[in-house]
Amino acid sequence: MMAPKIPGIGLAKGLWLTLKTLFQRPPTINYPREKETPVPRARGVIALDIEACTVCMLCARECPDWCIYIEGHKEMQPPSKPGGRPRSRATLDRFDIDYALCMYCGICVEVCPFDALFWSPEYEYSEGSISSMLHDKERLAEWLKTVPAPPALEAK
Amino acid sequence: MSGLLENFWVLLALKVAIIAAVVPAVSLVFIFAELKISAHMQSRIGPYFAGGRWGWAQPLADGLKFIQKEDLVPDDADRPVFKFAPMVVLMSTLAVFVIVPFSPKLVVRDLDLGVFYALAAGSFGTIGVLMAGWSSANKYSLIGGLRAGAQLIAYELPLVLAVVGVVIQAGTMSFNGIVAAQAAPVFTIGEFAIHLPYLFQGQVIGFVIFIIAMLAELNRTPFDMPIAESELVMGYLTEYSGLRFTMFFLAEYAGMFSMSAIAATLFLGGWYLPGLSSGALEVLGPVILMAKVSLLVFVIIWFRWTFPRLREDQLQSIAWRWLIPLALLNIVGTAIAKVVL
Repeated sequence: MMAPKIPGIGLAKGLWLTLKTLFQRPPTINYPREKETPVPRARGVIALDIEACTVCMLCARECPDWCIYIEGHKEMQPPSKPGGRPRSRATLDRFDIDYALCMYCGICVEVCPFDALFWSPEYEYSEGSISSMLHDKERLAEWLKTVPAPPALEAK
Repeated sequence: MSGLLENFWVLLALKVAIIAAVVPAVSLVFIFAELKISAHMQSRIGPYFAGGRWGWAQPLADGLKFIQKEDLVPDDADRPVFKFAPMVVLMSTLAVFVIVPFSPKLVVRDLDLGVFYALAAGSFGTIGVLMAGWSSANKYSLIGGLRAGAQLIAYELPLVLAVVGVVIQAGTMSFNGIVAAQAAPVFTIGEFAIHLPYLFQGQVIGFVIFIIAMLAELNRTPFDMPIAESELVMGYLTEYSGLRFTMFFLAEYAGMFSMSAIAATLFLGGWYLPGLSSGALEVLGPVILMAKVSLLVFVIIWFRWTFPRLREDQLQSIAWRWLIPLALLNIVGTAIAKVVL
């Protein structure tokens, strides 16, 4: 059996809720004046470690939006010991991410076999023109400074 | 100077000027209060930047913006009626202030038929709303205007009947007379006299009915069917822009002020506060009345941001099946108490 309902109790409950909310602090953050602290591992922008990249193109192929553009060439390295065979090494010419297309899925970061891509929590890189959303490899390498240190390994 | 003030026309012009300055100014304050209170009730901040602190200049900025807007009249509109309607609405709310006593002396004209005049002048605004709805040549305006007319049938009778109880108890229809009647001690314990406003002298039902009918008269939620943004765009205001829209907007908040002032005078004791000498009341009267009015205006705003809108037929059902019988019972009870006690 239901508890007996007092008529109009719903109206009083509603009034109580709005009155309670009136005296609570709104959760609003006045963005340009106050900055929001991003959560740990926030997906703000993707940073590139140029030295670690081997131009394997896995990220560009896996990218659902096709927003990563990679060009490279091979350079011959001197042999490691005298009389040896000269080695070839892939060098990065172009690595662009078009943030106007990027949907921040993070597949490129996941798929990179040499840990050349990282998430950075920086989010303030909006532009007045859509063409300026294309970050070249120098700009992507700049973001590397903002990448937080990886969490400590679990103790054995 | 005093000779000049005794001249009827000079005094009249002065009173009109004061009312015309004070009422819109207070309305702006209420508009700002609504902006802020509604925001915080919804966990928002509301206006924040206009004018520096708290965004206090937001209603002023809104008003300036409205004044700059083009005064549009639809092609098919009934031009004279369309242009005249906002003035009728604004005048009907301003006219109520003729009888509102702000202190024993500070009243434009203390009519013997004050209560009657206030209700008559206050309900006159519905004609302006009907004019606006009819002349706009817009289906939303027309439905809104007719809803306002239908609403009048529901709330006007309980509004009048709720006041009758107070009139019986006070034995006068003059507003200052009603305040004076509430200032008289109800009973005394030795030297100590107990003063009570009519709300605490058994007019609780009358007060509740008056507040409900008042919300319907002001077209405020939960009875804002004539405006009903979600179904009628803006109701009878749909085709208005610029200064004429501002007049309607100002009339809504001036109406809140005037109806709250009437309610505060009839049920909460008006400018009277127990424990103050008559000399102090002369000075503090307006402050006391404004405090009571602000309380009622807060309640009106509070209701608006809490309750959903009723249907037109639900209002009719509430008014005719509950409010009118209750108001009649209240009159009978008050009359019996008046005779017996």
